[in-house]
Amino acid sequence: MSLLEIRGVSKSFEVKGHRVQALQPMSLAIAPGEVHAIVGESGSGKSTLANVVLGVFPPSSGELQFAGAPLPIRRSRDLRRRIQFVQQNPYSALNPRHTIAQSIALGLNVHFGGSTASHAARVQELLADVDLDPALADRFPSALSGGQRQRVAIARALAAQPELLVLDEPTSALDVLVQARILALLMQLRARHGMTYIFISHDLAVVRNLADRVSVFEKGRLVETGATQDIFEAPREDYTRRLIASTPVVSTEEAALRDRLTRPAMP
Amino acid sequence: MAETLLELDGLTLSFDTSSGPHDVLHGISLSVRRGEIVALVGESGSGKSVTARIILGLLQRLRSVRVGGSARLAGRELLTLRQSALRELRGRDISMIFQDPVNSLNPVYTIGHQFRDILRRADPRLSRSAARARALAALAEVMIEDPERVLDSYPFQLSGGMNQRVMIGMALANEPRLLLADEPGTALDVTVQARTLELMHALVRRHGTSVLFISHNLGVVREFADRIYVIYRGRIVETGPTAALFADPRHPYTRALLQSVPRLTGGGLPDIPERADFSAPLEVHPEQPSTEEAR
Repeated sequence: MSLLEIRGVSKSFEVKGHRVQALQPMSLAIAPGEVHAIVGESGSGKSTLANVVLGVFPPSSGELQFAGAPLPIRRSRDLRRRIQFVQQNPYSALNPRHTIAQSIALGLNVHFGGSTASHAARVQELLADVDLDPALADRFPSALSGGQRQRVAIARALAAQPELLVLDEPTSALDVLVQARILALLMQLRARHGMTYIFISHDLAVVRNLADRVSVFEKGRLVETGATQDIFEAPREDYTRRLIASTPVVSTEEAALRDRLTRPAMP
Repeated sequence: MAETLLELDGLTLSFDTSSGPHDVLHGISLSVRRGEIVALVGESGSGKSVTARIILGLLQRLRSVRVGGSARLAGRELLTLRQSALRELRGRDISMIFQDPVNSLNPVYTIGHQFRDILRRADPRLSRSAARARALAALAEVMIEDPERVLDSYPFQLSGGMNQRVMIGMALANEPRLLLADEPGTALDVTVQARTLELMHALVRRHGTSVLFISHNLGVVREFADRIYVIYRGRIVETGPTAALFADPRHPYTRALLQSVPRLTGGGLPDIPERADFSAPLEVHPEQPSTEEAR
């Protein structure tokens, strides 16, 4: 059974009297424990879909099923807890006036009630979970590096003990050495806590190495979805090929793969 | 080998802070030859962007800044030039392309107006109609299909990719000898970025422009540059021709950087590089006696 089922979901907005179709009707099923990557460029609809899944706004048509039950527009506290979000920018994700411990404890309050003080032990556990020095608990975000802040944002999402984590470009604001560490951490956490990921990214090389399945979005349309290896080695759509061909690479093997994909097929 | 156009020799930079001087560059030496595309690659905070700003003369005028060593353009020392002479160099001999085209273009003037200002830096008596004709030609070179409309537009009326191409057209309009490109295309979508960089590459080659290309992206650098300098915490740690450096990275920092990049061919997420000691000495890859002389 799927953890999340997206059935004929579409979204349009009214902008200055015009209807803008941000998302064409699409269907997707995401299995429990899966890392499902959504790739596409700006205006592809990938963030719109994330917002529909997170309940930020309702779809214009279609329905969502989560763990076998309909995912309503107005969500219970429990449903909100079970689907969490990590955003791209670790600089704006945290309230600069809250210490790290307060930021995380606030998440715990929202989902489980209780006082900030009663969560002190759990905050320490969560910091350890994301490999952060417990001594950072009383610091403010401004004292932390970008990578450390992103770890805090992840810890805050984990505080809810979610089943589904929506990650929107979680490492694209980070340097490549820091990115490598955060990606490794995310994969450890998924195994440790049995989570399912929706991983939104424009970086195909990252997606190639961590996703089980990939969906390619273009201009609000789901153009292709499949197992990661199939998408990268035998893409069916021109747009997918173009995305792969546009990815900067660092080795001759990768350059050869790109060339093979973009060369016209032999009859 | 072609003649050297830009030469940095032991360039240092420090900022005066309340807790004493803060050293940012610890003696950067690098050179760019005529017609050569050279990349300066490093992570945020490595000192790559401030290096470009010193060459443009934008940092020296700040009171809290100490710059030492030497930066010469065609033999002329830039560090001791007066601001008026530097202003003359900028936009004529040296031009710059920034990461974010929307914020680097002036929002209150049309593209045509901004083109005219730039062209008049090299030729103050250029007429409106002659400026417009040259701007149209420059836009055609960067493959803008409707140059008349674009000249009469404001930056916010154009897409990010279009603005980036406009910036490239402006940067090359006065046939500068040196182009400083700071993370061009980084703010764009990957397919637009790939097309933009390809176009820029073809243009600088056609004009024989020397380029100092500043980037954090090893993949982009590999496709764009003839030669590379890797910078780490204000020091050059490795340099060599692009192919040699990628085939055989030697400095522990360069190795860690390359190892951290996920591969499009798969093979799993990169191993997390050790928090290694990156203080090893500079690695220099020899240059092959070049075939460039024949060009």
